Amino acid sequence: MTMSDTSAVSSSSAPPEAAMPGRSWAAWFVQTPGVLPAATFVAIILVWEASCRLFDIPAFVLPAPTRILGGFDAVTTGRWIEHVWATLRVALIGYVLSIAISLPIAIILARSEILSRAIYPILVVVQSTPIVAVAPIIIVALGSGDLPRVVITCLITFFPLVVSTTTGLMATPPELIELSRSLRAPVIREITQIRLPFAIPYIFSALKISVTLAVIGAVVAEFVAADKGLGYFIQFSTSMFQVQQAWAGLIVLVLLSLILFQAVTAVQRIWFPWSLPAERA
Amino acid sequence: MTAAQHAIDFSGVGQVFRTASGALEALRGVDMTIGRHEFVAVLGPSGCGKSTLLRLTSGLIRPTSGVVSVFGLAVTEPRDDIGIVFQKPTLLPWASVEDNVVFPVRHKTGRVTPEDRANARIIIEKVGLAGFEARLPAELSGGMQQRVGIARALFMNPDILLMDEPFSALDALTREEMGFELLRIWEAQPKTVMFITHSISEAVLLADRVLVMSERPGHIVENLVIDLPRPRGIQTSNQKAMHDYVGHLRGLLLKRAA
Repeated sequence: MTMSDTSAVSSSSAPPEAAMPGRSWAAWFVQTPGVLPAATFVAIILVWEASCRLFDIPAFVLPAPTRILGGFDAVTTGRWIEHVWATLRVALIGYVLSIAISLPIAIILARSEILSRAIYPILVVVQSTPIVAVAPIIIVALGSGDLPRVVITCLITFFPLVVSTTTGLMATPPELIELSRSLRAPVIREITQIRLPFAIPYIFSALKISVTLAVIGAVVAEFVAADKGLGYFIQFSTSMFQVQQAWAGLIVLVLLSLILFQAVTAVQRIWFPWSLPAERA
Repeated sequence: MTAAQHAIDFSGVGQVFRTASGALEALRGVDMTIGRHEFVAVLGPSGCGKSTLLRLTSGLIRPTSGVVSVFGLAVTEPRDDIGIVFQKPTLLPWASVEDNVVFPVRHKTGRVTPEDRANARIIIEKVGLAGFEARLPAELSGGMQQRVGIARALFMNPDILLMDEPFSALDALTREEMGFELLRIWEAQPKTVMFITHSISEAVLLADRVLVMSERPGHIVENLVIDLPRPRGIQTSNQKAMHDYVGHLRGLLLKRAA
């Protein structure tokens, strides 16, 4: 027996699980999913807190985490819910509307080369326009209701959806399109039964990007003109130099984005598990 | 034999594709016939237009010159009595084995009857996938996926089965096994088969007749009847006659390539 033979036998006969208790908890710390990022997060908070106290950093520059916790008490729970709901409502309506608009546009772009050449440059121009710069113009034009905010959210979310869905619709295996043609099936079924389902993985990657963009869109709109919402709350707090309050609003906003992102991920996992990469399905 | 008795008939077929880099002549003066329930393999170098023959027969494309007829009628559009098996299984990843097999009827008519499902289960059993009806394609091996592809092509009970290098993505052992499996299905339920391949031994082992195509522009340079007894199996691969056929075809292809 050669050296390499013996080493191969010994390494394959000792599974990694069996080796772990022998190795101290450092291995557990590194290998258990979630532990490492959680520990990093806690460490950052501790360093943050310690630095604020040690160097006596003024609260308006950087409030300590404990002070930010106090910022949550600045308004009542009822007011928080109002702010969250105002932002969430605009983000969701804009998001859903954006999906409703971008799917037909994507189908048109994928189907017609002429229309694609006509529409695509316009989409690029819209996408290249800084949304923050257009927001005040839209608010002036459309007034102060939810409508201008929804429009702003739509504008910021629809481009990734259109581009990704179009790519997905074009990525269908050509054999299946030939199969569809050989069956002389109507074009509508080619789209609904072959092209759209095949685009699902592409659509979901765009849906995940767009849902966080939707929150950004809603906040940008609130920055310009609003009397409610998390964006409004952050701006109002900073103008009052209540920086810990603004931070509290920011944290709620981040949580909102994370929850929405996870919700989209969950929808894909529950209803479209086949569209996930094989190792995570 | 009159033309009406031929399942597939090519007469003076030429095919020119317009591409970005100019005209591409894929086929020139192809003349060939395939009889009803005959198993014909088409052999040739890659890019010689073998797949073009198949797509012309299926009616997906029209010839630039000449006439392609199926059962005596010129092909002007896709027909219902033709099933196609592609090189890759190309199944619907979200649909179960059974849903993939009934897909042609769902796609064509928009609905699936209980009879269709019962029919599909019979075919699934025939291709050796009984018990796998509810599985998703991702849960199957490459060979099993291609079995589903064959079942899907058989589902509409076509008279003609067009197969475009159906086993070329499989490993050697599975490939041979699938070949015999196909013969078993074909012998139980005769069909006209046009089998595109670039494997000489596969062509000889499976077919009644092997057509050899030239490099582009493709035309038929050899029409070799394979007179080996059926049913064929592993014992066929060991026969001297089989080796003679393979040797002859290999010599022909090598000489043309040189």
